[in-house]
Amino acid sequence: MSYLAVEHLGLQFGGLTAIRGLSFTVEQGEVFAIIGPNGAGKTSVFNVITRVFEPSAGRVTLRDREITAIPRHRIAEAGIARTFQNIELFESATVIDNLLLGRHRFSHGNPLAQALRLPSACRAEDHSRGKVEEIIDLLDISPYRNSPVAGLPYGVRKVVEIARALATEPELLLLDEPASGLNPEETRDLAFWIDDIKNDLGITIVMVEHDMSLVAEVADRVLCMNMGGVLALGSPEEVRAHPDVVAAYLGV
Amino acid sequence: MESHVVQLVQLCLNGIAIGAIYALVALGLVLIYKATEIINFAHGDILMASAFVGWGLITIAGLPFWLAALVTMLLAAALSYVLEARVLRVIVGQPQFAGAMLTLALAFMLRGAVSMAFGPTSRTFPTPWTGQTTHLGPLVIADLNLVILVAALVITALLFFFLRRTSVGISVQAASQNQLAAYLCGIPVKRLNSMVWAMAGAMAAVGGLLLAPIALVDIGLWYVVLKALAALVLGGFGSIPGAIVGGLLIGIVEQLAGVYLPDGFKDVMAYLVLIGVLVLWPRGILGEAHGRRV
Repeated sequence: MSYLAVEHLGLQFGGLTAIRGLSFTVEQGEVFAIIGPNGAGKTSVFNVITRVFEPSAGRVTLRDREITAIPRHRIAEAGIARTFQNIELFESATVIDNLLLGRHRFSHGNPLAQALRLPSACRAEDHSRGKVEEIIDLLDISPYRNSPVAGLPYGVRKVVEIARALATEPELLLLDEPASGLNPEETRDLAFWIDDIKNDLGITIVMVEHDMSLVAEVADRVLCMNMGGVLALGSPEEVRAHPDVVAAYLGV
Repeated sequence: MESHVVQLVQLCLNGIAIGAIYALVALGLVLIYKATEIINFAHGDILMASAFVGWGLITIAGLPFWLAALVTMLLAAALSYVLEARVLRVIVGQPQFAGAMLTLALAFMLRGAVSMAFGPTSRTFPTPWTGQTTHLGPLVIADLNLVILVAALVITALLFFFLRRTSVGISVQAASQNQLAAYLCGIPVKRLNSMVWAMAGAMAAVGGLLLAPIALVDIGLWYVVLKALAALVLGGFGSIPGAIVGGLLIGIVEQLAGVYLPDGFKDVMAYLVLIGVLVLWPRGILGEAHGRRV
C-alpha cells in the first residue's frame, strides 16, 4: 500500500465543487509538489487532509490509517503537521512559546505537578525546550527566540510556522505556499531547509507552491491540479512540458 | 480615629467585599468571552439559579453548607458545560449578536424555570458565618465579608496558576488566540471551550452562594451580571486583571455613593460609571486594543 493515499476525494460547498474525484498517492520520503492555477483546489486538499474541511466523498489514508475519520485535534498525533498560506501563529506569544505549543501532544505531566513546578513537570519541559532549541538551530531563527511573533518580518514568521510544525515531530509535513512573500534569498534558504527536513529528519513533504523554480529544485514529483481534479502528474520536467498544463496556465 | 474616617474605611471594606463578588462574576464573563467570543448574558441567571439550588440543598435537603456549596458548584458547572457543548456550539461562526441573542434567551428561560420551581418569594439560608463579626480596632467587619474576600482571592489565585502554569491552561490561552493553529498543535479546542464554560459556571455558583446571604435568595440576583459588565468596561474589556480591578472599584463606588450621594444613586452608580467610561475612556483601565487581525 502507498504511504499517503488520497482516494476519489470530493469536496463541495453548496453548489460549488472544490475537489472532484481526486486520487493520488505520495511515497514515503519524497517531496511532492502540488501546483495549479488559482482556485484549482490545492489548499482545499490540505484542508481535507488536516480535517479543517469534511470531504463530501472519498477518503485519505496515511499508512492505511483513515485520516478522514479522526477528529481535527488528533491530526498532530497522527503525525501530520502543516503551515498555512496566511500564517496561523499565536501572535502575542514569543517564537519559543509558539514552538513549545507545537509540542502540546507530548505529555508534560499532570496539571498539579505543573502548577507546583514539581521536578517531573520541569524535566518534561526541559526535554521539550531541548527539542525546540534543535529546531531553532536547524532553521536559523535563534535571534528571534524571545520576540513576540506579531512584530516579526513576514519572512521570519513563515519560517517560525514551519518550525512550529516541526515541533510536533511529524512524519508528514504539508507546506502551503511556503515561498509566497519571500525574497529570492529567503526562497533559496527555504530550498535548503526543505532538503534538510527531507534528508536529515526523514519527513515526507507535500507542498503547494507557485514558484516553479523552487518546485523544480526540490520536488521529486509534481501534481498539477485544475478545476478540482488531476491535470498532470509526474516529474517536474514532465509536468512542465505537459500540453494540458501549458494550456491551463496560459489559458490557451 | 475620627468617626468620618472610620466610616469611610468601613464603607471601602464593605465595598471591597461586594466588589469581590462583582469581580468573580466579571472573571467568569471574561473567561467565556476569551475562549468563545460570546458575552454570556445568562451568567447572572446561572448565579441566581445556583443561589436557589443552594438554598434548596441547605434548607430543604438539610445538607451541611460546605457539601451544599460543592454540589451546587458541580451542578452549575455541569449545566454550563452542557449549554456550551449542546446549545452554543450550534452558532459557532455566526455573527456576535447571535451569541448575545442566544444567551439572552437562555437567561430568560433560566429565570422562568427558577420562578416556576421555587416561586417568586425571597428567602435566605444560614451560613457558618451569618451574624458573626470581627472587630479590628474601631472597624466592625462581618465575617461573611471576610469569607467573600478569601474565596475571591483563592479562586483568582487558582485561576492564575491554571492559566499560567498548567499545559491545559496554556492551551486555553492558545485556543483563544488562534483556534485553527491550536487544533493542529493537537489541542482539543471544543472540549476546552466546554471546560471553560464549566469553570465559569462553577465560579458563578460561588458568587451566588456568597451574594445570597447579603442580598437574599431572589430572582433579582441576576442583576449582578449588569454590574459585572460595568466592571468589565471599567477595567478594560477582555482583560482578566481588569475584571478584578473593575469589580472592586464598582463595589467601592457603589458603597460610597450610598452614603455620600442623594438617595437612589447607589443603585444606578454602576451604570453611571459604565456610561462615563464608555464616553470618556472606552479602553478602560487595563484595556487591550480592540479588534482582531483579519
